[in-house]
Amino acid sequence: MAVVEAIGLRKAYRDAVAVDGLDLSIEEREIYGLLGPNGSGKTTTILLLLGLTEPSSGTIRVLGRNPWREGLAVKRQIGYLPENVGFYDDLTARENLRFVARLNRIPDRESAPLIDDALGSVGLGEVADRPVRTYSRGMRQRLGIAEVLLKEPRLAILDEPTSGIDPEGATQILDLIVRMRNDRGMTVLLSSHLLHQVQRVCDRVGILHRGRLVAEGTLDQLSLSNDLERAIEIRARGLDPDGIEAIRAIEGVIDVEARGDWIRVRGNPPDGALARAVVESNGELIELRGATATLEDVYLRYFQE
Amino acid sequence: MSAIFWKELADHFGSKRFIIFFALILIVAGGAVYLAGTGFAERPDATGPFVYLQLFTSSNGGLPSFLTFLSFFGPLIGVLLGFDAINGEFARGTVSRVLAQPIWRDSWINGKFLAGLAALGIVLSGIILIVVGLGIFALGFPPSGSELLRLLIFFAVGTVYLGFWLSLGILFSIVFRHAASSALASIAFWLVFTLLLFMAADLIANQVAPVSASSTAAAWAKNEQIRETVLRFSPVALFEEATSALLLPSYRGLGMVEILTRHQVPTNPLSIGQSMLIVWPQLVGLIGLTAVCFAISYVIFMRREIRST
Repeated sequence: MAVVEAIGLRKAYRDAVAVDGLDLSIEEREIYGLLGPNGSGKTTTILLLLGLTEPSSGTIRVLGRNPWREGLAVKRQIGYLPENVGFYDDLTARENLRFVARLNRIPDRESAPLIDDALGSVGLGEVADRPVRTYSRGMRQRLGIAEVLLKEPRLAILDEPTSGIDPEGATQILDLIVRMRNDRGMTVLLSSHLLHQVQRVCDRVGILHRGRLVAEGTLDQLSLSNDLERAIEIRARGLDPDGIEAIRAIEGVIDVEARGDWIRVRGNPPDGALARAVVESNGELIELRGATATLEDVYLRYFQE
Repeated sequence: MSAIFWKELADHFGSKRFIIFFALILIVAGGAVYLAGTGFAERPDATGPFVYLQLFTSSNGGLPSFLTFLSFFGPLIGVLLGFDAINGEFARGTVSRVLAQPIWRDSWINGKFLAGLAALGIVLSGIILIVVGLGIFALGFPPSGSELLRLLIFFAVGTVYLGFWLSLGILFSIVFRHAASSALASIAFWLVFTLLLFMAADLIANQVAPVSASSTAAAWAKNEQIRETVLRFSPVALFEEATSALLLPSYRGLGMVEILTRHQVPTNPLSIGQSMLIVWPQLVGLIGLTAVCFAISYVIFMRREIRST
């Protein structure tokens, strides 16, 4: 059974349609990335999944239940990290989590070890008794993840978990997300507009544009379905002046871009053809590597139109 | 809901503004009662059988009585606990996080309201007990049973009164996105109810039923009646009427009745049941106003879209 199942989901506000006929299906133990520019309906989709807002039409099942009608049962099994997560600044991290545990009707006696465990997992064990006021943005974000872990949910929904975080902090958070699935068997749905990060952790990606899912699949599938050409980067020295032209003439090459020693070739040339062309043009081949299509390429393709 | 209740209560008692306000009330209330007490020494005739109640109602020197003080500044304490209840959560970004937990949305504002009410009740009961305690210390005899009973009812009415202002504060905290706007709106309402409506009542009464020295009693009665009707829209007036009847056992009736009977009826104290009969409408009015305020907040909050940004 799919953990999340939405069919024809639509949410219209008075003056705008935020989600417009969304079909979404997420399987157990999957890390699913919901990708889209700001205002594409990511957060609204998440609020619909959480039952925090009522769909205008369409059906939605989360863990086999209707989140709007059976909100409490659904929310008990979902961990949610909102965008720009906020905490009670005067309380310590531990007190904040204890409050959440109480809201989940976990008695203090049982929640204490869970809180320690969750804070330890996100690397906040040392500062657990400092007021959240003193936390950096990255630490708050990790505290938000600790809160998700504390509930031991079946589904974790993370809204922009890495936005506004420095690269090191973002890496830590991405590692935590992967461990949520690997160690704790959670299904993870994360939304982001940061492609390279989604690319690193997600099994499947859905691209959201104006409230519709315009593409969905694994990264490979997305690239292929778009006929994205491979890109190859060559580093060579001492190439003849017409060397670039020789490369451009190779069958399957679409575009060549030269910058200093580096030559970037887009297209799908036959194996070995590039290296041969370089050598035949008296070039000294230093490096030749394939650059796989990044999500960015996929993404731009959808939003340039 | 109990988790929310206890957290909010702890927040109230831990917050600096609460402590500052509590200290301020304590000082002013203590001063008012102290002056009232020293007044007794100079006027032995002033003390009747209800000397403890008089500690709350009589004034001496520059300070107003405890009762006046409470009806005027009490609203500020109530509003203080409520004005950023919900928009503060929005500003901190905690709304969606809390509502994503398995709780009903209404239990959040219910918990907040009850915690505020409990905090106000604790403060009020604390002040009353301190006053009575000082009274025992100064006078040397304990209050009578009926005095205690009246004080208990006074406490209940006072809590409802402060609760009205709390619910008004919470209402504004839901309506306005910024804590500053809701604080200003609350203060505006406070000014309207404590000052402007009293002026307006006189103005309206004199416009509708003008009176002069030569007017008949009926004309005066009509004038007074209109004034009262306007005033009863104000919780401040309701509270003052109700508590006057409770703490001044010789009080026969409110408004017109009080004026007409003041010099004609012997000032024998009424029994507590009779005093309750007099204040009952005022009490119901106060509870009603509180309920209306809370109901409006409730409806708006249940329909509010929850977005973290």
